[in-house]
Amino acid sequence: MTRTIRVIVNGEMYERTVEVRTTLVDFLREDCDLTGTHVGCEHGVCGACTVLHDGQPVRACLLLAVQMDGERLATVEGLADGDTLHPIQQAFWDHHGLQCGFCTPGMLLTAKAFLEEHPNPTDDEIREAISGNLCRCTGYHFIVEAIRAVARALPSR
Amino acid sequence: MGAKYFGAAVKRREDPRFLRGEARYVDDVKLSGMLHAAFLRSPHAHARIASINADAARAMPGVVRVFTFRDLERWMKPLPLFGAPPPGLAAAIRFEIRQAAQHALVRDRARYVGEIVAMVVADSRYRAEDAVDRIDVEWEPLTPVVDMRAAAQPASPLVHEDWGSNLAIGFTHGIGDVDRAFAAADVVMRETFLIQRYVGMPLEGRGVVAAWDRRDGSLTTWNSTQVSHFVQQGLTLALDLPPHKIRVIAPDLGGGFGTKASGYPEDTLVPIASVVLGRPVKWVEDRREHMMGAAHARHQIHEIELAARRDGTIVGLRDRIWLDLGAYNVWGVVLPYNTVAHLIGPHRIRNMRVDVQAVVTHKTPNAPYRGAGRPETVFAMDRAVDCLARQLGLDAADIRRKNYIRADEMPFDFGMPYRDGNPLVYDTGDFPAALEAALNAAGYAELRRDQKRLRDAGVYRGIGLSGYVEGTAIGPFEGVTVKVDLAGHVTVATGAVNSGQGHETSFAQVAADALGVPIDWVTVIGGDTAAVPFGVGTFASRSAVTAGSSIVDAAAQVKEKLVRAAASLLEAAPADVDIDDGQALVRGAPGSAIPLAKVVQASIPTFAKPGVASPDFEASAYHHVPTVTYASAVHLAHVEVDVGTGHVRLLRYVVAHDCGKVINPTIVEGQVHGGVAQGVGGALFEEMVYDDQGQLLTGTLMDYLVPTAAELPPIETVHLEYPSPRNPLGVKGLGEGGAISPPAAIANAIEDALSPFGVRIRETPVSPSRLLALIDSARSSP
Amino acid sequence: MKPPPFEYVDPRTVDDVVAALHQHGDDAKVLAGGQSLMPMLNMRLARPAVVIDINRVTELDHLEEENGVLRVGALARQRALERWAAGRVPLIAAALRLVGHVAIRNRGTVVGSLTHADPAAELPALFVCLDGVARVRGSAGVRDVRAADLFVGPLTTSLGSDELMIETRWPLPRAGAGWGFHEVARRHGDFALVGVLALVTLAAGRIHDVRISIFGAGPTPARARAAEQRLAGAAPGAALARDAAALAGEGLTPDADLHASAAYRKSVARTLTERALTDAFARVKEDRG
Repeated sequence: MTRTIRVIVNGEMYERTVEVRTTLVDFLREDCDLTGTHVGCEHGVCGACTVLHDGQPVRACLLLAVQMDGERLATVEGLADGDTLHPIQQAFWDHHGLQCGFCTPGMLLTAKAFLEEHPNPTDDEIREAISGNLCRCTGYHFIVEAIRAVARALPSR
Repeated sequence: MGAKYFGAAVKRREDPRFLRGEARYVDDVKLSGMLHAAFLRSPHAHARIASINADAARAMPGVVRVFTFRDLERWMKPLPLFGAPPPGLAAAIRFEIRQAAQHALVRDRARYVGEIVAMVVADSRYRAEDAVDRIDVEWEPLTPVVDMRAAAQPASPLVHEDWGSNLAIGFTHGIGDVDRAFAAADVVMRETFLIQRYVGMPLEGRGVVAAWDRRDGSLTTWNSTQVSHFVQQGLTLALDLPPHKIRVIAPDLGGGFGTKASGYPEDTLVPIASVVLGRPVKWVEDRREHMMGAAHARHQIHEIELAARRDGTIVGLRDRIWLDLGAYNVWGVVLPYNTVAHLIGPHRIRNMRVDVQAVVTHKTPNAPYRGAGRPETVFAMDRAVDCLARQLGLDAADIRRKNYIRADEMPFDFGMPYRDGNPLVYDTGDFPAALEAALNAAGYAELRRDQKRLRDAGVYRGIGLSGYVEGTAIGPFEGVTVKVDLAGHVTVATGAVNSGQGHETSFAQVAADALGVPIDWVTVIGGDTAAVPFGVGTFASRSAVTAGSSIVDAAAQVKEKLVRAAASLLEAAPADVDIDDGQALVRGAPGSAIPLAKVVQASIPTFAKPGVASPDFEASAYHHVPTVTYASAVHLAHVEVDVGTGHVRLLRYVVAHDCGKVINPTIVEGQVHGGVAQGVGGALFEEMVYDDQGQLLTGTLMDYLVPTAAELPPIETVHLEYPSPRNPLGVKGLGEGGAISPPAAIANAIEDALSPFGVRIRETPVSPSRLLALIDSARSSP
Repeated sequence: MKPPPFEYVDPRTVDDVVAALHQHGDDAKVLAGGQSLMPMLNMRLARPAVVIDINRVTELDHLEEENGVLRVGALARQRALERWAAGRVPLIAAALRLVGHVAIRNRGTVVGSLTHADPAAELPALFVCLDGVARVRGSAGVRDVRAADLFVGPLTTSLGSDELMIETRWPLPRAGAGWGFHEVARRHGDFALVGVLALVTLAAGRIHDVRISIFGAGPTPARARAAEQRLAGAAPGAALARDAAALAGEGLTPDADLHASAAYRKSVARTLTERALTDAFARVKEDRG
């Protein structure tokens, strides 16, 4: 069974016909050619597939593409403004907040949404906020540093 | 050689693509006409196949082919095996070795849950999985053996019947006179420790894309592997093609940790499918497959005894060691001998005997994973040392001060071989200094004072120590090819494979210094067999040393060629010509500087004249690394135990380590952090659990518990630097070190926290349930 | 791990959902938050012929307080409840914070968690603690199910295969109620090994209304009735908390699994009950209303 859906990703409209069982992460990766969102577990634990739906982090492996018909999504590809990296991306770069990079897109989006609601977090709050994004490389130490640094740098609300 | 970049915290040059989501992992490789593979894997730990019927599967929509062993019989050659003892090792130790080759598809008997029975190729992964569901297999279950000690018993079911036993590797080894040492000792401490089965669990699973080109009879395969050249060698045998017709490309890897440094059936099956079908084929592992199909690790039992004097001096060591290798002994003596070679560690022990039995069981096969036997052996040793200290009423730091080899005793010759067959001689390091550095950084004395005060208030905190010495950078070489292009820019191709440790930056730092060019002019290419003819790969903390040394050698050769060409162009003597910042100049005459591009261009023959030199500005090098160089560290863990729930909170974690000279200090710290996090996982959370029928109970990340940011504290690192005398850069390997000591340090800390109760920690992970049972049991015993 | 094929319908009204459930019965699964169903689909542990996606039934998407009762519609996300409770009902806020992770709570629904009925989940235990009522619609009509009658076994509610929980009503704790919440999990956000929620009100210095809800220590979340009886009418104190906790532990028959033994759960249920009561006693204010 298939459906034709229209999903807005990073401000751009993607109209595709998909099998109804296609997960959102597969839709993004295969049908939209946006491979920045990664598949790590397909059961909602690792967070590598995290995207933003109306600005809120969700697991793209636990959504069907057809559920996002008419909806607005943000993926990692939409973070940078042309050549200029988003401050969160820049902070991760400056603070060595990534090694293999596989968790990074999900981590960046989770951090972005978190900082928008919590501009002045403690380190414990940062750790709790990213506890749904597994990283196997960094031990999280520099990721927390990066998020702390960008929180300080972003204009306060 | 200039040292503009060496030692600098250069920001990683590869990061932008990862930050933008534009990296290319194996699943991002998309080829026109590409098909997708899925596998039917054995649901039984030990069973015979009575029949397979794939008719229904073949008829499913989108299915192109279904392959079983019969369909691919002419392709089914034994998969490669590793770990034969090198001559120097075989001469010193009599190994009993049994290795049975696995075939890429089960012929008639499956030996572990997850072993591959059939391959489906379809137009989508979804439809391939639909077809897998419809393959009908009639199984005759056989009795599995799951427990390693049971497998060592004579009456055990056999994993490989023609062995007559499940003993894959057996040996004993000794140094000094251990019987006399034990007889003369004041005390003997005896204990048995169990290190659980746990694994690398990279966030990206394995994957292979294979594209057979019938026009020129060549195969290109992208493989999320740490060992492209090994994979290439395996494919030359499997496909009966010469190496230059097989190109293996390691794309960006989402982690490796050793799990991706083994040989696997899928490496061969996917290319075979592409050759047979004449179309590109992709297989990307899902997490459930990964749990059962990717190599497992660790899983040892140590019955260890320490003989000591009353003052805490350890005079003798005996250890009876079991390893559970899973169903196939893929890695030979590597894990068992690594375990033995690293047992004594930083301690001055001259009398030792080990008795090792590595057995096969009906479980997923093991391969080396970050530490590769060292975490297990250090756990046994450091736990034993702490138990001995407690028995003698000594402080954990004091007993180590007494026993650690001092810097003035280096180089320290153990009188036994390392795994490469060369003498095990510690080169440089200062273990007591590392101990003091860790204690000082942690504020040990204050932690002890607080411990007492808090204990009186019913808060149980503990401090645990662990120290290791690690043979890093196993050889025998790594391949590097350095080339200069028309613009004077440089490519450095290496057999080393990056899986997050920043090769594109650190190797560029070394190359830029060695050649005298700006770092931005250097591009590092790893893991492409077409770019470097001979290579080994990245594992065993080897690449900074092996690839780094070859970069130095190859760059020196290229620089010499550039200098000669420039000298010709500048009409000077080569001895007077320097290359600096991408320019060739006569020393002392800055006005003479010309860009390297000009030197290269001037070397290209024209109709009018030959070039000023041959434009051959490339060189390959394979620096010989006969043996390892020794890194070391002391870790300190500070924990708090909730005695009502058994929950352990990690308050602080301190690492004082030596990895020789440091190319990039930030990358080094990141590696330590990552290793520690995995070690913490092994100490408290991670375990691959099987039931007594060989069913894998931990089948998802809901049950296999990778630590999150909330479980880890900041990791405090102190750097010591004792350069290696064994390579031109003075570096030592460091990728694995962080993962070696945490289980020992944390278990020691927990036992220390609970010393009023007399709890003894004998196994990991120290889960709340296990710990509370120990506490309750200790509380209720007299 | 890709879902098996299924038919997909996304009705717009509750009537249409009920009709679809009636038509397909056990062949259908309702998709709300998806945080429990999607993993099962991806792992092919569930193979429904039809997936009924209720996310477009806007009449189910409400969360509002009415006379001290919070009405939570079937589509209200866990995160919405978490946000509502912040600064209003600390017990609810504390419990929600440990439900998975933010990304899970952004999609997962409150009612979905109740329907899934994991014995180690926070929300079913909270529902039982607050004596919630579920409004259920099926082809036979509408009925109300009390929390005490809703959870009948692990992952099993008393709902029929053609029934849908359309709304839940949560009587909120009175002003001044003391609360306590303790849970042990292997990692932050994991399902609990065992957890306890406690609520206490006082009248004339004596315990007036007390709720103790224990989860992870049995086939369903359960009220510790014997402990509650021991507490009713007594003056709060440390010894009382200990006694009540002992009673709470006695009645439990937990299971063992990979992560904890039965003995562990029983013992820790008792320990956490004592801690939750201690906190509740410390927080309670006399109800002079």
